[in-house]
Amino acid sequence: MKVIIDKNECTGCGSCVEVCPVEAINVVDEKAVVSDECTLCGMCVDSCEFEAISMPELTSKEEDLSLYQGVWFFAEQRGGEIHPISYELASTGRRLADKLEVELCGVLFGHGMEEAAKELIRYGTDRVFYVGREELEHFNEERYANVLTYLIENYKPEIFLAGATAIGRTFIPRVAASVKTGLTADCTGLDIGEDGLLHQTRPAFGGNVMATIICPHGRPQMATVRHKVMAACEIVDHQGVVEKIDVPEELLESRSELLEVIHEEDDTAQLTEAEVIISGGRGLQKAENFRLIEKLAKLVDGAVGASRSAVDAGWIAASHQVGQTGRTVAPTLYMACGISGAIQHIVGMQGSKIIVAVNKDPNAPIFDVADYGIVADLFEFVPALIKELESSSTCEID
Amino acid sequence: MDYFLTEEQQMIKEIAAQIARERIRPVRAALDENEEFPWEIMKVLAQSDLFGLYIPEKYGGFGGGIFENCLAVEELGRACIGIATTFAASGLGAYPILLYGSEELKMKYLPQIASGKKLAAFGLTESGAGSDVSGIRTTAVKDGDYYVLNGTKQWITNGGEAEIYSVLAITDPKRGARGASFFVVEKGDPGFSFGKKEKKLGIRASATRELVFTDCRIPKDRLIGREGMGFIIAMKTFDKSRPGIGALGVGLAQGALDIAVEYARQRKQFGKPIISFQAIQHKLADMATLTEAARSLVYSIARYLDTEPKDFSKLSAMAKLFPADVAMKVTTEAVQVLGGYGYMKDYPVEKMMRDAKILQIYEGTNEIQRNIIAQELNKEYGRMKESFLG
Amino acid sequence: MHVVICIKQVPDTKNVRIDPKTNTLVRQGVESITNPFDLYAIEAALQLKDSTGAKTTVITMGPPQAEEALRQALSLGVDDAVLLSDRSFAGADTWATSRTLAEAVRKLEPVDLIVCGKQAIDGDTAQVGPEMATLLNLPCITYVRKLDLENGNESMRIERATDTGYEVLRVKLPAVLTVIREIGEPRIPGLRHKIRSKKQEIPVWGAADLGLEPEEVGLQGSFTQVVKVFSPPPRGERRLLSGSVEEMAKELVRILKSNNVPGF
Repeated sequence: MKVIIDKNECTGCGSCVEVCPVEAINVVDEKAVVSDECTLCGMCVDSCEFEAISMPELTSKEEDLSLYQGVWFFAEQRGGEIHPISYELASTGRRLADKLEVELCGVLFGHGMEEAAKELIRYGTDRVFYVGREELEHFNEERYANVLTYLIENYKPEIFLAGATAIGRTFIPRVAASVKTGLTADCTGLDIGEDGLLHQTRPAFGGNVMATIICPHGRPQMATVRHKVMAACEIVDHQGVVEKIDVPEELLESRSELLEVIHEEDDTAQLTEAEVIISGGRGLQKAENFRLIEKLAKLVDGAVGASRSAVDAGWIAASHQVGQTGRTVAPTLYMACGISGAIQHIVGMQGSKIIVAVNKDPNAPIFDVADYGIVADLFEFVPALIKELESSSTCEID
Repeated sequence: MDYFLTEEQQMIKEIAAQIARERIRPVRAALDENEEFPWEIMKVLAQSDLFGLYIPEKYGGFGGGIFENCLAVEELGRACIGIATTFAASGLGAYPILLYGSEELKMKYLPQIASGKKLAAFGLTESGAGSDVSGIRTTAVKDGDYYVLNGTKQWITNGGEAEIYSVLAITDPKRGARGASFFVVEKGDPGFSFGKKEKKLGIRASATRELVFTDCRIPKDRLIGREGMGFIIAMKTFDKSRPGIGALGVGLAQGALDIAVEYARQRKQFGKPIISFQAIQHKLADMATLTEAARSLVYSIARYLDTEPKDFSKLSAMAKLFPADVAMKVTTEAVQVLGGYGYMKDYPVEKMMRDAKILQIYEGTNEIQRNIIAQELNKEYGRMKESFLG
Repeated sequence: MHVVICIKQVPDTKNVRIDPKTNTLVRQGVESITNPFDLYAIEAALQLKDSTGAKTTVITMGPPQAEEALRQALSLGVDDAVLLSDRSFAGADTWATSRTLAEAVRKLEPVDLIVCGKQAIDGDTAQVGPEMATLLNLPCITYVRKLDLENGNESMRIERATDTGYEVLRVKLPAVLTVIREIGEPRIPGLRHKIRSKKQEIPVWGAADLGLEPEEVGLQGSFTQVVKVFSPPPRGERRLLSGSVEEMAKELVRILKSNNVPGF
């Protein structure tokens, strides 16, 4: 199958040729021709000003979708504490549920968290399904997936949201596969379309393109949602209930067992949670110079990031790497020091709210994505910044 | 330029180039600075099957020749000839066994060398015997089923790191050069130890040590070939190995040229990239021409040598002499193109210039190469019936 | 022991730049490469091959030219390769992809371990590994950074990265693992493997070979559909600070403070 070109509308302008990522389109005799290389990614459809390109029709899968109702979200907890993503999901879910005029339900797995479960109500949850079991205290993909699948099959929500955290992205796909429905990963925008479907917007091609995705024939419509993108809003007087659910024992079986949990002592490596990340690249020249970055990061209570070349050179551990083969981060502030800004790096940090780039080379591509650029030697600028911060904080104490 | 490589030769080049780019370039400065032996790189070269390029398949090698080996050495040398020398020196140590060893010695040692599980080294030079091989003092005395070695080898590449050593020793002092023989000595043999690691101007990632033999007893079947063949074996080994040194020179020159051109295109002075100045243009043009000339010479001689011709000492010497001089010249000019930056350790060209010097010295100084070439010319024209003077 | 590696061919983003004016993708000379995370998956499998003599098979679903990615895997030392290619596979979402891969793994059984990269760099979904595991009714451990066989290949001791460190797990085999960079740097091809990789036959399996109907695969077999593709909203105008480093530092602190950046 491939995209369909309406030969009457096509002007042979070639704009679809430009956007096709697999070079499947050629213009022959002033008409676009699609080769078998087409992967149906759909990028050309929107590029065509003349609406001459369309996706092939799908045979619809019949099932009574109206049986599915309500917006659900998975409330993530770690060590008995509800993770902030859960409140972001509750607030987003509230908005969607209001549009659909349905109930918003949260699902919480844990042990001894009856009280904590009520917290979710303050963010607009109407009903919290709480499964309290010792086996669910710590994350286990099979148990979590089994129990959640059981709940979804029994209660049939129409929308299900979870955090695009390591936990969410690990077990939600299992649930989607078990209940046989679609799942959209790492969404940064969610809305109810005019068609009544969940419109899920997410970055693709390393964030260079945004795509809106729907799941017309599967239920629930499932999405994992990027952390720190959607706001968490308290609703002071919201009323709701916590419902304790018992689940069959066999759902708690697992073929994997947790032996040990190790928290990295170096908390500057905890990139995905940090509000501020100070990153260093090849411009640091040697391992010792990372001290400068660490000093600045410590001062603002931030994490230390690094480009791939800094990691490859052995200056810093791979757990600090930001970018395509490292972590994807979206802090409030990302400050890149001596990082040229290879695309592989940029895709890992362009979701940051504010990007500051410090580089000697005014032509470094990092400046293309920066909000604030500082063309200077980092060995001069960073100490000046540290000095400035130290002096301004003492002023406050005075 | 297209040198009409076969698909397999192209693959050898690609693999070596990938190792140079991804594994050697990121670490070469640190290994040079710390004089650290490149074991990690040696493991990668072993895993990539490059150690046995010139060794027959029967002994676990790839079954190629000098040319295939030169292609790998060139690409590695483009990133760092300290590391490439370490690689090439294992081949130098293997050649005496490959050329003259008994079937038992070949079966025992060559597969280990070909797989890269063990490094080899070549032990000839002594404090009193460099260019003049007749100055060798290390002795090997037969004692029943053993030979007993005494003496000290100097400046042995891979010394202390290699497991297998081809060592030249005097078995019959009365016969002079004809009284020398080659032996295989293994690391761990009783009475075999190493001197301290030498501090060097360049190729500092490579290890250079003394080999010390103190009543070192080895089984008599470790003799390579027959007694008295040592000098011949040494010369034949050098004939085979010299194009490899040439390939190091070509690679090094190319590596320096790469940096010089890229730098000249970026560096601006008087408002223009310096490559727009004729002084720089002519330098770069000469550097590129010399490098290509050296490559053409090494490739054609290496290919010719692989046809197993009879007399090729002259050509072999040329294949070492010219690229070594070219590498010295091109790296020196590269430093000049980069100016002050070139002299600093921020760029690799200062290391390349330091490294280049060894190419004019080891495996027969360039003066010795000229001697060989001249002697061969003398012989060649002596045999000729035709006169050119009239 | 039989290890199956699932890989994907993706557009190389190395030469891609964002046009600062239009904020769109500049795609000049974009080539196809093996998904970088999948190279770690191959490396993980080859480490097991080195240590236990495991047989390794690599599979990919894609157009005919995805064969290049398989040949690259062979050049690194993987024993066998299968290409899953069929016109009807086009447009597959993660569900349809997982479905197709799962059937291929069934056809390759007995299989003790399936290794995937953490995610593909074009879609970034990280869903195919866990979804495929579910369809095969196998456990799936994600973000694996270290693995060791134990109990005579009955189970595996795994280190998996978490947001705050790592955890140590034991998982029964067969299982699916998705691996990250810390598993080990991908090796350089070996000459012998590279020569073999050029000549080796690579079977091509289509939907019929896997016992799948056309409506179960590709776009038809997918639940999700892309309805719109657009450029991300451009970032605000970039501002270059000026003055001495001290002045710039002062100005930056002021800006970050006024933006309520924590720590400033």
